[in-house]
Amino acid sequence: MIPELGHLALWLALGVSLVLGTMPMVGAARGRLDWTALARPSARVLFALVALSFVCLAASFAGNDFSVLYVASNSNRLLPLHYRITAVWGGHEGSILLWLLMLTFWTAAVAQFSRHLPDAMSARILAVMGWLSFGFLLFVLTTSNPFDRLFPAAAEGRDLNPLLQDPGMVIHPPMLYMGYVGLSVAFSFAVAALIGGNLDASWARWARPWTTAAWFFLTIGIALGSGWAYYELGWGGWWFWDPVENASFMPWLVATALIHSLAVTEKRGSFKSWTVLLAILAFSLSLLGTFLVRSGVLSSVHAFATDPKRGLFILAFLVIVIGASLALYAWRAPSVGLGARFSLVSRETMLLGNNVLLVVACGAVLLGTLYPLALDALNLGKISVGPPYFDTVFVPLLTPLVFLMGIGPLARWKEAELPDLAKRLKWAAGSAVVATIVAIWVHGGIGIVGALGLLMAFWIVASVTTDLVERLQPPAGTRVALLQRARLIPRAMVGMMIAHLGVAAFILGVTLVKSGEVERDVKMEIGDTTEIGDYVFTFRGVREVPGPNYRAAQGTIEVSEGGRAVATLHPQKRIYTATQAAMTEADIDTGLTRDLYVSLGEPVANGAWIVRVYYKPFVDWIWGGCLIMGLGGVLAATDRRYRQRAKKTVRTDALGAVLGTT
Amino acid sequence: MRRRSRLLVLLAALSLVASVFAKEAVPEASDPALEARMVRITSELRCLVCQNQTIADSHADLAVDLRRQVREQLTAGRSDAEIIDYMTARYGDFVLYRPPFKGTTLLLWLGPAAMLGGGLLVLAVVLRRRSRLSPDAFEADDDDLVSPSPARDVGHA
Amino acid sequence: MKRLGFLIPLGAFLALAIVLAVGLNRDPREVPSPLIGKPAPSFSLTRLDDPQTSIALADLRGKVWMLNVWASWCVACRDEHPLLVAFSKKGLLPIYGLNYKDQRDDGSAWLMRMGNPYQASLFDNEGRVGIDFGVYGVPETFIIDKTGTIRMKHIGPLTPEVIATEIEPLLKKLNA
Repeated sequence: MIPELGHLALWLALGVSLVLGTMPMVGAARGRLDWTALARPSARVLFALVALSFVCLAASFAGNDFSVLYVASNSNRLLPLHYRITAVWGGHEGSILLWLLMLTFWTAAVAQFSRHLPDAMSARILAVMGWLSFGFLLFVLTTSNPFDRLFPAAAEGRDLNPLLQDPGMVIHPPMLYMGYVGLSVAFSFAVAALIGGNLDASWARWARPWTTAAWFFLTIGIALGSGWAYYELGWGGWWFWDPVENASFMPWLVATALIHSLAVTEKRGSFKSWTVLLAILAFSLSLLGTFLVRSGVLSSVHAFATDPKRGLFILAFLVIVIGASLALYAWRAPSVGLGARFSLVSRETMLLGNNVLLVVACGAVLLGTLYPLALDALNLGKISVGPPYFDTVFVPLLTPLVFLMGIGPLARWKEAELPDLAKRLKWAAGSAVVATIVAIWVHGGIGIVGALGLLMAFWIVASVTTDLVERLQPPAGTRVALLQRARLIPRAMVGMMIAHLGVAAFILGVTLVKSGEVERDVKMEIGDTTEIGDYVFTFRGVREVPGPNYRAAQGTIEVSEGGRAVATLHPQKRIYTATQAAMTEADIDTGLTRDLYVSLGEPVANGAWIVRVYYKPFVDWIWGGCLIMGLGGVLAATDRRYRQRAKKTVRTDALGAVLGTT
Repeated sequence: MRRRSRLLVLLAALSLVASVFAKEAVPEASDPALEARMVRITSELRCLVCQNQTIADSHADLAVDLRRQVREQLTAGRSDAEIIDYMTARYGDFVLYRPPFKGTTLLLWLGPAAMLGGGLLVLAVVLRRRSRLSPDAFEADDDDLVSPSPARDVGHA
Repeated sequence: MKRLGFLIPLGAFLALAIVLAVGLNRDPREVPSPLIGKPAPSFSLTRLDDPQTSIALADLRGKVWMLNVWASWCVACRDEHPLLVAFSKKGLLPIYGLNYKDQRDDGSAWLMRMGNPYQASLFDNEGRVGIDFGVYGVPETFIIDKTGTIRMKHIGPLTPEVIATEIEPLLKKLNA
């Protein structure tokens, strides 16, 4: 009964999405207010229906309804409840439903928070989102129905893949999808503006917080995926340039370019058509990612079980959505205004430089990811493109970007002078070089690439500090208290500084872990020790422990530093009851300056085991940096500019201009 | 499974005795320099029966076999290039995660640099074209309407 | 002219879409063999049924022959085997098996149960000869010509279509 209800809800949602897609759009074109007024309620009903459907699927999992094929394939009676709910998105059908839930959620959110937009505009935006929902609903109902029944019902489920029975699975996909799908808002804003022909600076101001929010979720989602891979997969790696990882990274790169480009468009009205193109591109890359993961064209541990029919549907959807929006762009963009003027050396130019570098970086990742496919399609042979390629091409693109990151925020809008910038930044440059030299001396040798990484990180910190100090200076001839000056810095500016510091932390983490990590495979008998630096690892044996739905051989390894006990680690080798699948669980002692990571290999004779021990310096700074970036994004998205209802008066503007805050 | 539990009980008993004989653990590899080469080579070779993993990290049978091959060849004194050639002679370029630089991969290796060059060129051309246009082609500036601000107009993001 | 520039994103995307469409029909994990047209790697292995007797590549010179890689633990081999047994009865060419990473007893028992289409099976317990042939999964089938050159490799179980459309025409050509 419940699965049928869920299924019915999806069919109703299909109808509602069709209404949402058409009537408000036509109404906006014809000036029919009664039709545009349908947009908001339709959006809400659409979300309610999809949410209902999702709840029905979750209920089927919670209740162990193995007469539903999807539930039987992905769950098990022994699976703890929280993982049974998580299993809803453990396979293709359910994860597409999660995607739909997010999409309709964002649609309802836009419906809720768009009252300050002109009616025609918000009607068009919601209509575009309605079309996106229609496409996905059609996909689910025709090729990927999670509510298909299984006759006769299975007595027991096939269990969720043990790798996915983890807190990471609870949070990583929802966060990631919120990001992927959130970019559809910027996309819809762009398409709606192109259709309506009203592309002005206020469009950028409306689109910005939504875009920053989506960027935030995508950042956190990717960071979570990376962190999860690190502690779950047992080999200490955190990024493999796997096609599915790249599929999430590409929209992130373009979304980052987009939030910077929106800054130019909002502030100066310039490069509107470029910003619109980026908005279309960002979500297109989200859709491309969906295709790559679910069509079977690329080999990846993340890829869902595939079916060529599904691949074809998604490709057709891709061609229609992206093709139509790019065609619309080609038609309408040439008539969009140029915005305000700016000179060759200016903040605008630096932000455009940022854009070029980020888009080229995305292009490089796309090239590497799809090249094997292209060669194979042209019968020119079969190759693999992996980390050696991406690491080689990506770092040289990152370096000039980081360099610009230091200069851009200090450059004036419209017109800046290079000598002036050089003068203001010479302290930052000098201290970055000195800090790098000191760090290398303390660390003891790090290599050219490592030195470059350190320099980049210190450069960011030094230039952000310079920016902050400048802002805290009282304007000439006035005496304003420091705290007052600090409070006058717009939240979005603070967000920017924090996000950039997050990038510095990230680069620092990557640099130090890559140059300083130590891996050791040792055969350990009980009582044996192995040393890495000052840390001594002692093997105390392996014993069997039961789990809720598995049995584990659990090792005990004591870690001490200079005689003082530091941690006791319990890596496990698990056998899951339902599938008899084996899995290695590492155990990690997390620290601010290092991780100590242990995993079990194979047992050998006489009770000895092969044990893998890692020393990973500063590795948590990688994800810490991402979190800090995310925090910056939250601050930027919640700047009072976006929360204000009242229009600014000219007087406030003038005062703000004097104080340098507007 | 019973055999395994008995083994573990034996382990527990032994551990009491074995602690007397505790020693520095024996590394899997006897020669660190060799091991470093081993890690470097095997982390660039694809495990052909896995879903995108290196033979260094995979537990699959074929990965274990190929790792053994690499280790034997390293011990026999072969160079890195010879070992790579050994693998590609049998499995083709597909087994390499670092694509070889040849005719068909020219676009791959030179692409990013070309894109960067192209992107910067387009940017330069567009900026130059903009600077040649008359001021009427542009929209009015907010800043032109308000009186010029003092020394540092840092503006906001 | 300026208008045309705005069409570039659309053009680039459509080109990409075509590549993706073609890619839908490809298997990203299939490994094409670089050994086609190259000499078969030399080997010398004991017979599965007789550890005292060996067969080497040189022994098989002068005739066209088929090498079928199989194992008792391989599930897909069970699907392929009846077809192979039937094909061997046609007597078109000698079929030699490569018993890959198996135990003698298991392999022999399996052949006894499933039928033996092979002139002989070569016992490759450690899989080394398999690696030399570029074997990465089971079953795989090779056709080697009179000069000892590998002329064809089929990955996965044999099917009637493959035999009719690829193997038999190739045999005609090689025997001519």
